[in-house]
Amino acid sequence: MLEKKVSPRLEMSHLFASGHSACSGCGEALAARLVLWAAGPDVIATSATGCLEVFSSNYPNSAWEVPWIHSLFENSAAIASGVEAALRVTGKLDQVRVIAQAGDGGTADIGLQALSGMLERGHDVLFVCYDNEAYMNTGVQRSGLTPLGAHTGTSPSGQTSSGNPNLKKDMPQIALAHRIPYVATASVGYPFDLEKKVKKALSIRGPKYMQIFSNCPLGWRHDPSETITLAKLAVETGLFPLYEYEDGQLVSARRIASKKPVEDYLRPQGRYGHLFAQESGVEMVARIQAQADVNIERYGLMAKKE
Amino acid sequence: MARRIIEGSRAVAEAVALCKPQVVAAYPITPQTHIVHELAQLVADGNLKLEFVNVESEHSAASVVLGASATGVRVFTSSSSQGLVLMAEVLFNIAGMRLPVVLACVNRAVSAPLSIWTDHQDSMVVRDAGILQFYSENAQEAADLTYLAYRVAEDHRVLLPAMVCLDGYVISHAWEVVDMPEADQVDAYLPPFQPRYRLDPTHPVSMGMYAEPDKYLEARYMVQRAMERSIGIIQDASNDFERVFGRPCPGLMEEYRMEDADTVMVAMGSMASTAKMVVDQHRESGEKLGLLKLITYRPFPEKLLYQALEPASRVVVLDKAVSLGAQGPLGTEVRSMFLGQPRPRSVSTFILGLGGRDVTESVIDDALRKARRGQQTGEFLDLRSDLDLEEV
Repeated sequence: MLEKKVSPRLEMSHLFASGHSACSGCGEALAARLVLWAAGPDVIATSATGCLEVFSSNYPNSAWEVPWIHSLFENSAAIASGVEAALRVTGKLDQVRVIAQAGDGGTADIGLQALSGMLERGHDVLFVCYDNEAYMNTGVQRSGLTPLGAHTGTSPSGQTSSGNPNLKKDMPQIALAHRIPYVATASVGYPFDLEKKVKKALSIRGPKYMQIFSNCPLGWRHDPSETITLAKLAVETGLFPLYEYEDGQLVSARRIASKKPVEDYLRPQGRYGHLFAQESGVEMVARIQAQADVNIERYGLMAKKE
Repeated sequence: MARRIIEGSRAVAEAVALCKPQVVAAYPITPQTHIVHELAQLVADGNLKLEFVNVESEHSAASVVLGASATGVRVFTSSSSQGLVLMAEVLFNIAGMRLPVVLACVNRAVSAPLSIWTDHQDSMVVRDAGILQFYSENAQEAADLTYLAYRVAEDHRVLLPAMVCLDGYVISHAWEVVDMPEADQVDAYLPPFQPRYRLDPTHPVSMGMYAEPDKYLEARYMVQRAMERSIGIIQDASNDFERVFGRPCPGLMEEYRMEDADTVMVAMGSMASTAKMVVDQHRESGEKLGLLKLITYRPFPEKLLYQALEPASRVVVLDKAVSLGAQGPLGTEVRSMFLGQPRPRSVSTFILGLGGRDVTESVIDDALRKARRGQQTGEFLDLRSDLDLEEV
């Protein structure tokens, strides 16, 4: 008989069990699994409506080995507030941590009000935004976190359009404006960095916000095997900087060893294909590069270590 | 038991406090605000221990109590009008998730035009949500139905949210003599909340799951069955109420002078009080008039209601809401009970009192007069004659 030897760390990853129906290469499934891996079993998790909820909870099957609740699209933070209030009033908040989850639409668009309320009221909850940069569950429409130039069903490229005309909303700064103790970005491309940040967040009392870069191979139209490579490229180009704020101060920013041009990141993705097929694409690529450069400057991503 | 002169909102707030909810979430809207003011003050003064969550919208108020209820504690929220409509999405969700949330709806008209005054349009918006709905006639009944609502909602044979409706201002802001029970009486009537399932890391469960077409129908059917079962449980809770508190709380409906009545009015909420006065006046002149005050609108106690109305030859339904393009919701449902019955009856349905228009004795008299002339359908009462109502 073959006995599989699994390290306790890896066993923990099964708090989000396999057998769910996410697409291959799904960054959100990977991110959720990493979050629970880092958090451990003593958590209650909430989910907004969206891909993660649908592919993990098709009754009577559930991928969740921790207590989990889904209600609606826009209220993950408010549900988590209620869970936290109940734990607080019954004296259980020392033993149980609360994690609220939502996609980028459920966080930064329709869920922004409930999230703002949760952050402002000081609930002891870690809010995790799985950022795949569009409404994927409904078939790829733009959200407030869709990046500049990306083609989606509602920001299509065409004769008069180079894709999404707007800049990605700076959601971590909005969270930061609530003067909460911890704000961080993370990426499925850097699982140990993600783990460390979840653990740190859960060790801090009060509201925490994490935004995790989570590819959607279907919506971004890249090969499922490219998920990790592209997630790393998003960081190495400066488009998705990884950083942490504690008590309003920038305390870490992942440095870029050698800066990659944004084109390396954009070209393998079908959502940016039009930028390389139409003349106006050149200008849009330049604007996207400028965004990456702003991030590199702003967070000191190329600065020498002191 | 202490009889005191207090505001209707205060009576409801104290009744809620006696039920010892552990999480209350609320957002301001007129005329519901007094209830949560009172609760917040009880907490601030150290007379009530609970988590009071000041949310940023009614949508979040309902969501917070949903999350807290799922975590296993008794909860309360309240709203009115636009706030209740904003909550509607969550209320459907709470019912489908079988969480016994109790809320008060201080009834107010729905905009436009903007109106802060009372009618039943707001609670009617969520009549199909799977929420038990109790309509109170006065402050006493609003308080009493609160204890009953918790008891029925949390019964493991029911497990559905419950809404206590009270007419804005007419009940919420009026001062009345109200019997407030002692804490141990409420404790004897209402056992501690025992959730059937709750979010707990020692026994992980998944709640609010996705259902394919091969399961959704069954989930809705089970809510429907729970609604049907709750009729008997409301009756039991009503009987027990009298035993514990020493005074009645009818629960499903109240029959007023219906013995030998050939004409019976059907009404809900505070206008039942006015209708009782009309009944008394008509009885004095020898007319066989009665009133059926419907308290439980959801579940709709059709069999019992039919039995009660069966002997009458004329039924007059007074609706403080309208399904625009059809009739009043109560009128439609009462009339449908008599369809296909061997003995034909005149069932007249009227719309009145919208947006705080006073429901006076003369308006009700007008309904009775018109009903006597022949069956009326969704007739608006007390319309102004000095405005061109045919103008688009």
